[in-house]
Amino acid sequence: MRLVLCLILLLPGLLCAAEVETGDAGLDAAFAQIMDSDFELKAQGIDALAATGHPKAEALLNGLFDGNLRLHRKTDRLVWAVDADGGYAITDVFSGEDLGIESSRKVRKLPINNEVRVRIQAALAALDLNSPEATRRLAAVESMLTRPDPAETAGLKARLAVETDPAVRAALEIALAVVRLGDADAEQRLDAIAALHGRLEPAVRNALQRVADADREDAVRAAASAELVRIDRENERNAMLETLFFGLSAGSVLVLAAIGLAITFGVMGVINMAHGELIMLGAYTTYLIQQAMPTLPGLSLALAIPAAFIVSGLVGIAIERGVIRFLYGRALETLLATFGISLVLQQLVRTLISPQNVPVENPEFMSGLWQINPVLSLTYNRLYIFLFSLVVFAALFVVLKKTRLGLEVRAVAQNRAMARAMGVRSERVDALTFGLGSGIAGVAGVALSQLTNVGPNLGQSYIVDSFMVVVFGGVGNLWGTLVAGLSLGVANKVLEPWSGAVLAKILVLVFIILFIQKRPRGLFPQKDRAAEV
Amino acid sequence: MPAYSGGRVLLIARLLKNDRGGQVFLALLVATLIAVPILHAMPEASPWHLPTYAVTLLGKYLTYALLAIAVDLVWGYLGILSLGHGAFFALGGYAMGMYLMRQIGDRGVYGNPDLPDFMVFLNWHELPWFWHGFDSFPFALLMVGLAPGLLAFVFGFLAFRSRVTGVYLSIITQALTYALMLAFFRNEMGFGGNNGLTDFKDILGFSLQADSTRIGLFLASGIALMLGYLSCRAIVISRLGRVAAAIRDSEDRTRFIGYRVEYVKLAIFTFSAVLAGIAGALYVPQVGIINPSEFSPLNSIEIVIWVALGGRATLYGAVLGALGVNYAKTVFTAALPDAWLFALGAMFVLVTLFLPRGVAGLLRRRKKAVVKVTPAVEEIAP
Repeated sequence: MRLVLCLILLLPGLLCAAEVETGDAGLDAAFAQIMDSDFELKAQGIDALAATGHPKAEALLNGLFDGNLRLHRKTDRLVWAVDADGGYAITDVFSGEDLGIESSRKVRKLPINNEVRVRIQAALAALDLNSPEATRRLAAVESMLTRPDPAETAGLKARLAVETDPAVRAALEIALAVVRLGDADAEQRLDAIAALHGRLEPAVRNALQRVADADREDAVRAAASAELVRIDRENERNAMLETLFFGLSAGSVLVLAAIGLAITFGVMGVINMAHGELIMLGAYTTYLIQQAMPTLPGLSLALAIPAAFIVSGLVGIAIERGVIRFLYGRALETLLATFGISLVLQQLVRTLISPQNVPVENPEFMSGLWQINPVLSLTYNRLYIFLFSLVVFAALFVVLKKTRLGLEVRAVAQNRAMARAMGVRSERVDALTFGLGSGIAGVAGVALSQLTNVGPNLGQSYIVDSFMVVVFGGVGNLWGTLVAGLSLGVANKVLEPWSGAVLAKILVLVFIILFIQKRPRGLFPQKDRAAEV
Repeated sequence: MPAYSGGRVLLIARLLKNDRGGQVFLALLVATLIAVPILHAMPEASPWHLPTYAVTLLGKYLTYALLAIAVDLVWGYLGILSLGHGAFFALGGYAMGMYLMRQIGDRGVYGNPDLPDFMVFLNWHELPWFWHGFDSFPFALLMVGLAPGLLAFVFGFLAFRSRVTGVYLSIITQALTYALMLAFFRNEMGFGGNNGLTDFKDILGFSLQADSTRIGLFLASGIALMLGYLSCRAIVISRLGRVAAAIRDSEDRTRFIGYRVEYVKLAIFTFSAVLAGIAGALYVPQVGIINPSEFSPLNSIEIVIWVALGGRATLYGAVLGALGVNYAKTVFTAALPDAWLFALGAMFVLVTLFLPRGVAGLLRRRKKAVVKVTPAVEEIAP
């Protein structure tokens, strides 16, 4: 009877005890244990597998975990099995050889239970923790932060002893401290809270929150609460900084879109309703250049800036010479004529390129995040566009204040007749000024192509906003445009959390409408006689 | 009351004195109003038969013409280029749309007798306060005038008092309609959001699908246009109208002489907005839908080109432009959809460059410029 029982118990083991041929002694030994029916032995096999340091060890563990790793009965080889018609498509794990499709009976699953799963996860985490890549080590530590486990203390300490990367070292120290928050000794817990001072990671906050809510010792609870208050204050400050950044970023887009208008409308007094379409042309220029050199997104973007300036500038000069110059002094007619031009330009793009939006790629340096601290990160594209708008503004400022052209532009703007009498060729200045403003619209289009969809309606969505910025800032005043654009952007983003994006926009529009009632000439009205109407 | 109606005829005669274009226009309008129902009643086999869709289309054009008159009144005679008249049109349309929505009753998709479909869809449980009263037609009519009129009054009061003029005014009227468009797109506003108001069933108990209702709406549009024309004409030849023209030609001088410029502007602007609202209210039952895209700045600026093409400061020119451009739009968008925006864009450019007085100006060329088109020099600081 006993013998029979023994046999029955042993039977599965005997039946299953297949040899695994891997060609590596360490792996063979580990898999011999994993193949065993005893789950304790299996678990040891998992650890042994992780300890081999074999390059495939991680993949094998993952395969075990999700069941893709199977044993081919005929050859005793380990294979990757993928569901296919009539069974599994299998490939050899080590050679990568395609072994065709086998029926499900010919490939054996390696059975595991939940206990073994936990072991596999721990082994994988430990593998990550000792990975040669610092980023993976960091990720491993950070994932441990969310579920602190005293069992991992030893592994963390061992790693800390040999770790050289400062970021990983810092993360390891936090993880150890978070684990220590669960220590039995109150002194240790207090010490851990002190060690976590100045940390903002959400996981740290959660761990401290648990301590503050449930710790046995009053002193520990108080210490944790004090730390929580500090973290919350810090988070609030960071959230404010983030809103400010988003606001400045939105504002810089407005400034870019409006600054060309500040020249054509503000300095020349021409209402150019096609301004938005000149921005759109700049964005499309970016797209076309990128199509011409698809492998070099960075270079094509750099080339797009002067190209867009030239394209939009030339179109602008053509508009000025062809239409606007016949309408000087008739502002409302200019408005209508340029609106007609904007319709034609939109339809031209629809007909020639596509009525749909076109994809414009971000080059590598434009994508990604700048992680300032665990709760505050800025996207590079917005950051660069903010800086770019300042550069464009500065360049324009220099052109207007320091060059001959700028002098002539200002002279004509202030007193056309007198400027002509002094020998300024006012017609040429008109054309060039308009070209300059239009070219800058094109440059704005390059920047916008990195932020939003590029489509035939791109310009339309900015035209009302741009006029608002120029009018709010004060016509004829570049500084006004800068201040107005940035402050409107910030106002929008500050309002957004409690009112929603659309309502924020409406509120800002209403505010400007009311503001113009009060100060019809904007924030910074021009103080010369030219502004007296 | 022969004496009374005789007085009316006299009044009309006085209004149309020196307005050859207006006489022709009104004669044609009356002829159309008589002819269309007759042609529509012809047997379908007859080549003279006018199908129902054409009647509705004509009715739609007539509401556009009324809208164009409203714009011409402020642009041609007062010098205010409003790029936001579409907003007043749409507000009138929404007021009528709300009445039509309430008339649906429990015939909606959800069959809720108390709430329009979109509110049921949004899980609202009771009617928002601003929907109350729209069951009643007189109340809806009152709102058709009141909503746009009030908006124009408040907006105009603020703008004219602080002497916002010229291009600035144009741009903030555009911002106004843009802001309203964004607002009406929001579901929380309670006006049907993106989809607007539609699926109307009947008006005053008459089914909107019935031919007779269509004819009725067409006639109502025609009569509204006629009355609108006459009332604008009455304003134009009145003292108020002459002060308005003075303001258009030189606002500062008019003010120095002692006129309260802002009151004159406010009165005419508000009246024009009400007119636009009435046009919108007649438009909605004929096209069967009102949605926030009516507020889009493009719509408002299109109205301006109707007036510019037809000829400013003539009133009948506005009608001519509205009918002409919209007919062209109907033809173009069916035959060459891509070409329509090219054509519209080119129209803007060519009319401003070569036809500053519009088609009406061409017709009147032999007469020496009766109405001087505003030289807008003072509108913006160079």
